[in-house]
Amino acid sequence: MHELSIALNIVDMAQEEAERRNTQVEAVHLELGALSGVVKEALLFSYGIACDGTRLEGSRLVVKDIPIEVFCSSCRIAKTLQSMQWFHCPDCGAATTEILHGKELAITALELKQ
Amino acid sequence: MTTEPRLLEVRKNVLKQNDILARALRDRFHAQGTFVISLVSSPGAGKTALLERTLTLLKEQHRVAALVGDLATENDAQRLARSGVPVKQITTGTVCHLEAAMVERALDGWDAGQIDLLFIENVGNLVCPASYDLGEDLRLVMLSVTEGEDKPLKYPTIFNSADAAVVTKYDLAAAVEFDELAAVANIRAVRPEMPVFLISAKSGEGMDNYLQFLTQRMHRKRRDVMDRSPAGVH
Repeated sequence: MHELSIALNIVDMAQEEAERRNTQVEAVHLELGALSGVVKEALLFSYGIACDGTRLEGSRLVVKDIPIEVFCSSCRIAKTLQSMQWFHCPDCGAATTEILHGKELAITALELKQ
Repeated sequence: MTTEPRLLEVRKNVLKQNDILARALRDRFHAQGTFVISLVSSPGAGKTALLERTLTLLKEQHRVAALVGDLATENDAQRLARSGVPVKQITTGTVCHLEAAMVERALDGWDAGQIDLLFIENVGNLVCPASYDLGEDLRLVMLSVTEGEDKPLKYPTIFNSADAAVVTKYDLAAAVEFDELAAVANIRAVRPEMPVFLISAKSGEGMDNYLQFLTQRMHRKRRDVMDRSPAGVH
């Protein structure tokens, strides 16, 4: 359970930005990859706690799930994996170790009060 | 009148601070020629037993040291100290994983230039350590025969993040009817082509191949460092 410390990081980063612009943050947009090692439900739960007593109290965390995308060297094209338990091209079956997306854990946007 | 919130686009990696520190550690290890191996597994898979044997065997020919993470006790460091190499405990308190900053602090007072191979034993946990880069060159994920062959399918993120897998307590394989083929197939389903070593730290079975793999990787890194250093270009 490291989601609380991740949530604290998110709140710190957003707060810093809000202070710099002297405004309130209404929502934080986050990309969360399937391979990030972070559980969305636990993160959403932790976010509320992490916001308590900060400028972000009452703000929302908007999570965009990023599926695992790999490069298939035999099809020569990016493919989305259907399962985390099978790192193989869903079309040709070739094994793949080249991960293009799915490790994201990044703030992409902030909704600021006008 | 209500106003629409303004959308400010930013791109910030949430673990940026850890990643920056890990990169600095990696650069430092690189410059000092230290090869760094981290170990992750569930609690009780045998990380400390394997490490104890590994340190004892490697210290004959190499300068080795270990950092060992644990929530509360210093038992592991005491066990590892018996191998006679420098060992430091990182007690994390309630934190379920190691972070780059903890590794950096633990290295304080050590001359890493005097270490050929540094082992970092993570806290026993197959979930949280996956997210944190420690600046290591090689991540070993371990699975004991008593845990069941489907562990890699249950924890694909950490198995995928590793560079090699070690199946431990291999001396018990027959007693627990461990299905070796299924275990290796599951490991390679989540990480194709991953090297897998079947080891008993107790009997010593399988240790040779595994140690050879580690030292080969260490030499390969050294060659790469030499090739890239200005002194190596003529």
